[in-house]
Amino acid sequence: MNLLLFIIIPFLTSLGVLAVKGQKQVRTVAFIGSVIQLIVSFYLLNQYQNERALGDTAAFLFEQNFAWFPSLGIHFHMGVDGISIAMILLTSLVVVAGVLVSYTMEDLHKEFFFLLILLSLGAYGFFISLDIFTLFFFLEVAVIPKFLLIGIWGSGPKERSAMKLALMLMGGSALIFVGLTGLYYFTPVENEIRTFDLMTLSRLGMPVQAQLFFFPFLFAGFGVFTALFPFHTWVPDGHSSAPTAASMFLAGISMKLGGYGCLRVATFLMPDAAQVYAPYIILLATIAIIYGAFATLMQTDLKYINAYSSISHCGFVLLGIGMLTKTSVTGAVMQMVSHGLMTALFFAAIGMMYSRTHTRLVSQLGGLLKVMPFISSIFIIAGLVSLGLPGFSGFVSEMTVFVGAWQNPNMWYRIATILSCASIVVTAVYILRAAGSSVMGPIKNDHYQSLTDALWNERLAAVVLLSGIVVIGMAPFLLTDLLAPGTDAIMGQIFNTVK
Amino acid sequence: MMTTEILFAMKHELMISFIIFLLLFWKIRSDEPNHKWVLATVNGMLLLSTLMVFMGTTNSMRFNQMFLDSVGSNFQKGLLSLGMLLVSAVSYKWLERNKNLIEFYLLMLSSLLGMFFMISSGNMLMFYIGIELSTIPLAAAANFDLEKRKSSEAAMKLILSSAFSSALLLMGISFLYGSTGTIQFAEMNISLQNTPLSIMAMVLVFAGFAFKISVVPFHLWTADVYEGSPVAVSAFLSVVSKSAVIFIFMNVLFQVFLNLYLSWILVVSLLAFFTIAIGNLFALRQQNIKRFLAFSSIAQMGYMLVALIGYPDQVQSAIIYFLAIYLFSNLAAFGVVGIISEHTGKENIDDYKSFYKNNKFLSWVLAIALFSLAGVPPTAGFFGKLFLIMSGAAKGNYLLIVLAALNLVISFYYYLRIVKAIFMDENAAPIEKTEPGLMPKIALYICMAGILVLGLYGQAYEYITRIIVQY
Repeated sequence: MNLLLFIIIPFLTSLGVLAVKGQKQVRTVAFIGSVIQLIVSFYLLNQYQNERALGDTAAFLFEQNFAWFPSLGIHFHMGVDGISIAMILLTSLVVVAGVLVSYTMEDLHKEFFFLLILLSLGAYGFFISLDIFTLFFFLEVAVIPKFLLIGIWGSGPKERSAMKLALMLMGGSALIFVGLTGLYYFTPVENEIRTFDLMTLSRLGMPVQAQLFFFPFLFAGFGVFTALFPFHTWVPDGHSSAPTAASMFLAGISMKLGGYGCLRVATFLMPDAAQVYAPYIILLATIAIIYGAFATLMQTDLKYINAYSSISHCGFVLLGIGMLTKTSVTGAVMQMVSHGLMTALFFAAIGMMYSRTHTRLVSQLGGLLKVMPFISSIFIIAGLVSLGLPGFSGFVSEMTVFVGAWQNPNMWYRIATILSCASIVVTAVYILRAAGSSVMGPIKNDHYQSLTDALWNERLAAVVLLSGIVVIGMAPFLLTDLLAPGTDAIMGQIFNTVK
Repeated sequence: MMTTEILFAMKHELMISFIIFLLLFWKIRSDEPNHKWVLATVNGMLLLSTLMVFMGTTNSMRFNQMFLDSVGSNFQKGLLSLGMLLVSAVSYKWLERNKNLIEFYLLMLSSLLGMFFMISSGNMLMFYIGIELSTIPLAAAANFDLEKRKSSEAAMKLILSSAFSSALLLMGISFLYGSTGTIQFAEMNISLQNTPLSIMAMVLVFAGFAFKISVVPFHLWTADVYEGSPVAVSAFLSVVSKSAVIFIFMNVLFQVFLNLYLSWILVVSLLAFFTIAIGNLFALRQQNIKRFLAFSSIAQMGYMLVALIGYPDQVQSAIIYFLAIYLFSNLAAFGVVGIISEHTGKENIDDYKSFYKNNKFLSWVLAIALFSLAGVPPTAGFFGKLFLIMSGAAKGNYLLIVLAALNLVISFYYYLRIVKAIFMDENAAPIEKTEPGLMPKIALYICMAGILVLGLYGQAYEYITRIIVQY
């Protein structure tokens, strides 16, 4: 399996989008490219499991290493483990759904699809990188598309939101970069050349003092991407102003880059500091969970509801990472995948409703179930996944985080766990309220009578995402088995340092 | 045998001198030369001068160590020739219409010649003559829009500030001579001790350099001069002239003042921080796009100073690499601004609202150039800036590194402000469709290629690193 495919296919797709003319051709090229990518992702999963079944126990499979800036120790080093494959699958599902949802995009369609594919290229590159400079490069590649997608095709105060998002993410990147230079210069030198290689850095180990200094930079930097409190303020504005597909990408993929970075780079390379700072991470994560949940209660705009609930849900990811037990870290990754699919589905449903009714205010909607049953059902299902209904992915991943968190015997950690657990009640309140008043009840506006239900592309998008959610919800062992070697490696790194 | 070696070693200088004399004779022969032919000849010969880099060279010293020829300086001269070529190609239409075309080239090329001698100097006198030859013609060129009052103001400011900085430099050089008894770089390095006189000399030389590359607090002339001068001259000043001074600045710093390292490290750190911060803060408020680019270039110089704190080899490769990227990015930005300014006379950032509506190609060029200046991948600016900061971090000056990294966010804001104007803001009367013409279009394509390839193709950096090692 050649991992370069994950760079080449999106790249060729984006070139293809630029080369062809007309909306129909552009969207067809984008759709075909993303479907090929999805197939390749599943093929990768298949190959990976075959390799593991044959007894390959290497930490990362399908490694490839190209020199990029050899004199600075920067290599284009790729490889995947279960965690990255889970994230890649998530990305390719969301990309297909995103392209389908924006199938009727007319305004500057060529630029739109080009930027969408470029954004996905950044995400794929990020998840397959084993060199933290390359990883950082791909993280940043996604910044321009996000800014332009929100600013050009967005709604509401789009310029302001785009600017806010871009600046906050750039601030996060600046912090990450300081952390990376710290890793680069403070890790002991081997063979007279410094390196950004993930495995080499973890093997050589950074001195504890340096870890304590640089960990906050790295973790907060990635934290900005995953809405770590108090750096979450870009989330509501960015998500609600973005066009539907961009919202799906932002919440479904982009926020996961941060969580993955917190886990793979910050925690894995600075395990000592991760333990020292764990209480602070848990504190911030708990605040984010509770604050996000209560802030959602106050929202009247559907996109804001989902955006604030994303803050709350991403808090679970950080909580799982902060608890530092194998189960909780597995739960964190599961939550990333689950939330990515769920929130993309939610945004897709909201986008479909908005494109028909031209409003996202809960108070103006109502009775949509009668006129567009499919979209309304999708909306309700997404809501139920969000509040953690058993049978869907949200339940198993949140449950795993809580079980893992409880394994940590510290009293304060347990209080944090209980508080976070309690927030689910609040989630139920806002989800049921939003679902109840926007899709049930009498039809509030007469022109809703004339609206049509989902088109084939929208149906397909929903089905793609929903199938992921249901499969994880019904057979969570598929995902946990996939993640196990990766989380084992990270926990091994942590336990090595337990004094 | 000796003669051919010298000819070979001085090939860039001879080439530029040849163009200068050719133009002089051309001017004498006919009062109304055919502009198309002049432009074609000069651009062609500048292309030759750029391509001469690939002839290579060997490290050698000539004329009693006054003239140093090395692989590094060969590359730097090629880069500067390329910069001049791009400036000249991108302002093709402006030049074609200008009735004093030959005089313009005489001034610019003399300045370029001065820079070549300056880069190759191994001796303070040679260096001083080079730097004077490179700045004085520029003051005349800055006044080239003869009918514009602002242009004269710019020229006056440039000549006064450069005279002042030259005076400081000369004072510093005489102090250096006083404390070491020599004007050769190589010998100064040996005999320079940490005495008050030599520190004073260093401060003065520093101040002189700081003026030329507009480091805060010696930056005040920059914005006014850029605003008043023709865009071609502003572009030349901000890219070619600054790069040349930085090349020799690195040489002086690492050859002459290496012994005083502990004294200058603090100075450079402070200057770096203030240059970045003040450049950024002033750039935030600019309305004129040329003034905006002036302040952005000040901030870029600050990042260059951040890098200077590290280890010489890494510093030099990072800075030369950055300058190569900066050349393409800034010239692309200035190129688009120049084309628009020439066609419509609009130079205000607000005029660029909805620019994308009618000018798709120019919009993308400007946007990519600005992204590169801001340091966002996949443009090369990302690598350039990060390598600068990395080389600055090599000795562990983390306070400055954190400040520099956070300042990236501020600079990101003002570059994005223009991108926002281009793509997102509404405008009742956007700039109409502007056809850049063939030559400028080629130049802009070269810039785009440079911006994208220099970063993604890592061998570019490796090549520069190898050159530095051979120094």
